[in-house]
Amino acid sequence: MHILVILKMVPDVVEELEIAPDGKALNTDYLRMILSESDDHALEQALLLKERHGGNVTVVAFDAPEVDDTLFAALAKGASRAVKIVGAEPGMTTSGAGRLLARILVQEPALLPAGLVLAGVQAIDDLDALVAPLLAHQLAMPYLGIVTRVALDPSGETASVLKEYPGGVRGEFEVRLPAVLGIQGAEKPPRYVPVAKVRAAMKSQKIDTVQAPALTGGDLRLVEVLGMNKPQLTGHAEMLEGSPAEVSSRLCEILAGRGVF
Amino acid sequence: MTGEIWVLTEQWRGRVSEITYENLALGRELADALGTPLVAILLGSNAKDLAATLGKADRVLYVDHPLLEDAVPQVLAEVLAGLAKEQMPRAVLVPLTNVGLGVGSFTAARLQAPAVNFCKDVRVHEGRLEASCVMYGGKIESTVALLGSPAVLGMWPGARPAENGRAAASPAVEEIQVVPREAPPVRLKKYIEPETGDVDLTRQDVLVAVGRGIQARENIELAEELAQALGGAVCASRPVIDQGWLPLSRQVGKSGLTVKPKLYVALGISGAPEHVEGMKNSGLIVAVNTDPQAPIFNVAHYGIVGDALDWLPAFTAAIPRRKSQHA
Repeated sequence: MHILVILKMVPDVVEELEIAPDGKALNTDYLRMILSESDDHALEQALLLKERHGGNVTVVAFDAPEVDDTLFAALAKGASRAVKIVGAEPGMTTSGAGRLLARILVQEPALLPAGLVLAGVQAIDDLDALVAPLLAHQLAMPYLGIVTRVALDPSGETASVLKEYPGGVRGEFEVRLPAVLGIQGAEKPPRYVPVAKVRAAMKSQKIDTVQAPALTGGDLRLVEVLGMNKPQLTGHAEMLEGSPAEVSSRLCEILAGRGVF
Repeated sequence: MTGEIWVLTEQWRGRVSEITYENLALGRELADALGTPLVAILLGSNAKDLAATLGKADRVLYVDHPLLEDAVPQVLAEVLAGLAKEQMPRAVLVPLTNVGLGVGSFTAARLQAPAVNFCKDVRVHEGRLEASCVMYGGKIESTVALLGSPAVLGMWPGARPAENGRAAASPAVEEIQVVPREAPPVRLKKYIEPETGDVDLTRQDVLVAVGRGIQARENIELAEELAQALGGAVCASRPVIDQGWLPLSRQVGKSGLTVKPKLYVALGISGAPEHVEGMKNSGLIVAVNTDPQAPIFNVAHYGIVGDALDWLPAFTAAIPRRKSQHA
């Protein structure tokens, strides 16, 4: 089976995020970009299926800082092909990117057909849409999100898929293929790939580039960001300062005062 | 007259979820500000009785069909989009939960309508709908204007207290016949109940929660020692469960359990909305994180900026000392 995995680079929120002078976007000067966490799980799930059933895995991503490293890492992990979409309008909305992606998947040779299209269930900057349901709509495929396990049925016509519900409950679904799945977590943690292997992939493999076509009707931009701010600290914690011993002693007094012990 | 404000009722396994009442409370404010009715949309199979609990709305639109029983997002969205296309509401509030995720994006795509995710609040400003959206794992809030109708608002839990969205009144119920186009290509086979863990987190007075900052499986032992000293149990945020360091039965948050212990100690947990949703009502929250900007400090009562691994042994050692001094 051919599996497509949609990868997206997002700001690393471990770093401090700065807002641009216009107050409406992040300041990209010092932004460190990483692969969206659930996309990493989508890739892992695809690689597990490839190992189990054969076939090939194609990873597709829009051009972004650090994306080449991510695509080569995917190749080093076992992806069969990496495709980078270049020339898209900067700062596209998620809904615009999803529409453009659907068009590219249909137009470019050897991307479709695919039995499965996997994407992370959501990214931290998916302001106006989620990619997986949007792609399913555009490609007229079934969709299921918050997925944590995918098993292909021997017929190859359906997949058995686990979706998470609240309270630790999971639902087992039968999904007709081809389908788009929003992956929350792979069956196993995403595999580690040594830097040496990524370097080797950089030497021996290549990233295919695809020029983004113009989006029919443009990026609709049906939402307008009026401003960004860091959350107001109305209920901010009282911060305890000092050495671990000093802080621990103070905290013990607080807990005792609250009747914890 | 401006279009109505719609709230999509989340009903799952025969019960209306709390987020429905939260959204009804917010929807009431929006509807009153715009001078338009508030309508609850109820999609289900033999679920009409649930409409009686939606009295905060002026009326309930109910669609009954066997295909709606399992709340498959694609099916819900098809019906919701069909209704919205016909009746053109001003806005639809949809829950961004594990049950309903995807409904908003599908509905907006079908209608080519403006949509936003991660909404924690919505207001009417100069006749326009503006949403506050929690982005980047809770580190940034965006204020967003929705340019057009119907606006599809993907709501985080907690926009308003659920009790504000309950009312004794029985709303008028209008039943509408809608037939989804065909059997969904996504079919629920069965629910799998959570495995009963060795510890029932929801019954613990003290929880010591570990997140990504715990760094390695072997460090969880330090948290276990603290939990033992405090007479509680260890739980975790999603990344720790995904790594397989603790079982699913120990997960707190959106996909895991909702807990309300007397004391919740969050170690190396950033405070992404998905986790906060499951622990924000704890009696006393203490958070330790290396990042002074971590959103967990916005819900914690006491905060410590530092590496949980440096702080854990000192705190664990201090507890028996404090107990013995005042025994």
